[in-house]
Amino acid sequence: MLSLYRPGTSALHRLPVGAKLIVLLLSGIGLFFVTNPFVLGGTLLVVVGLWCLAGIPLLELLRQLRPLLLVLTLLGVAQVLLLGWASAFAVLLRLITLILLATLVTMTSRTEDMISALERAASPLRVFGLRPHRIAFVLSLTLRFIPLIKEKADEIRAAQRARGVERSSLALLLPLLVKVLRMADHIAEALDARGLDDARDR
Amino acid sequence: MFLFEDVEHGYDERRVLHGISVELTERRIAVIGANGSGKSTFARLLNGLQVPTAGRVLVDGLDTRTEGRAVRRKVGFVFQDPDVQIVMPTVAEDVAFGLKHRGLSKKDIAARVAGVLAEHGLTELRDRPAHLLSGGEKQRLAIAAVLALEPECVVFDEPTTMLDLRNKRRTTKVIAELPHQVVVVSHDLDLLSDFDRVLVFDGGRIVEDSAPARAIPAYLDLMAPC
Repeated sequence: MLSLYRPGTSALHRLPVGAKLIVLLLSGIGLFFVTNPFVLGGTLLVVVGLWCLAGIPLLELLRQLRPLLLVLTLLGVAQVLLLGWASAFAVLLRLITLILLATLVTMTSRTEDMISALERAASPLRVFGLRPHRIAFVLSLTLRFIPLIKEKADEIRAAQRARGVERSSLALLLPLLVKVLRMADHIAEALDARGLDDARDR
Repeated sequence: MFLFEDVEHGYDERRVLHGISVELTERRIAVIGANGSGKSTFARLLNGLQVPTAGRVLVDGLDTRTEGRAVRRKVGFVFQDPDVQIVMPTVAEDVAFGLKHRGLSKKDIAARVAGVLAEHGLTELRDRPAHLLSGGEKQRLAIAAVLALEPECVVFDEPTTMLDLRNKRRTTKVIAELPHQVVVVSHDLDLLSDFDRVLVFDGGRIVEDSAPARAIPAYLDLMAPC
């Protein structure tokens, strides 16, 4: 989600994120009621058209699908064996359409707008005592620090490989836990330094 | 602006600072010392991130123990590792972070973010995920995000330690051009050679407090291998 946004000025870029997310949600639900392969194929073509409208090269579309090729193939084979060709074809068309649509929404929406839209969507949860801005804040922190934790894990793995330990979950997890806890302390300090405590009054 | 009155600080049984009494009014102040000499703790006491175990620290008359929040509004803090300071997923969001929590309007936040990004050459990177920035870009973002809050003073904790020569020079220039009062904790003697005042820490005490011409040789003597 983080690395996907492509700046642009197309109609899709300008469309409010909330509207895009609603269309994605409705398409996700709606497509599961469609079994006609021609309708599914037509929908896929519309989505590909939207990619063109967003000004994103079709090569990028293939690049996004490539990591999923193995999963899609396995799923297709299982569907053919269990339910036959027609069903396998429909399932794959549905999935590919939805993956491309979701990727398109992410590519044309800023993370900050996406999180603001989710914050607004979560506002009814206030009646249960939840605070939407906190949910949004936690989501933002998660998006920020997942890549950083992965980076730390890669560093530890490289250091261990350099010392002759090729694969050891324990040797990875313990130092990673220590690093993450230390990092959490520093982040808490940084949040205070950067004014998070100002928000406690509001 | 800063007044330390007989300040002591420690973690559990370990005493890190001993009886520090000092007043800091100069515009550019440097703090140097060996690892573990207490200089980073001293820096954290300046904006109330830590409070003294004895004595008190006053910032423009505000006690950091009781007025920490007001002190942090006056004193910005740039951490050594920008990775822990950058808390939002993208560049623009991170600059906007503190402003949002200050309760500024969306319009004001957008204007201030755009201004700060332009000033620090980050406009092109506004939507870039923070984890994809280079070390130098992260440091620029960390500084920009602190300056966006318009503090009166900025404390830098070893701002050039993790940078290559080009980024080190760029950061040095940014610090030199700041109109704010700055307190810089550093091992980088080039950075602080034209500062107004240098405090040398050793074993939790200030062992030299003078202009760079005198303080730097004293520090070099202190660091001579045994």
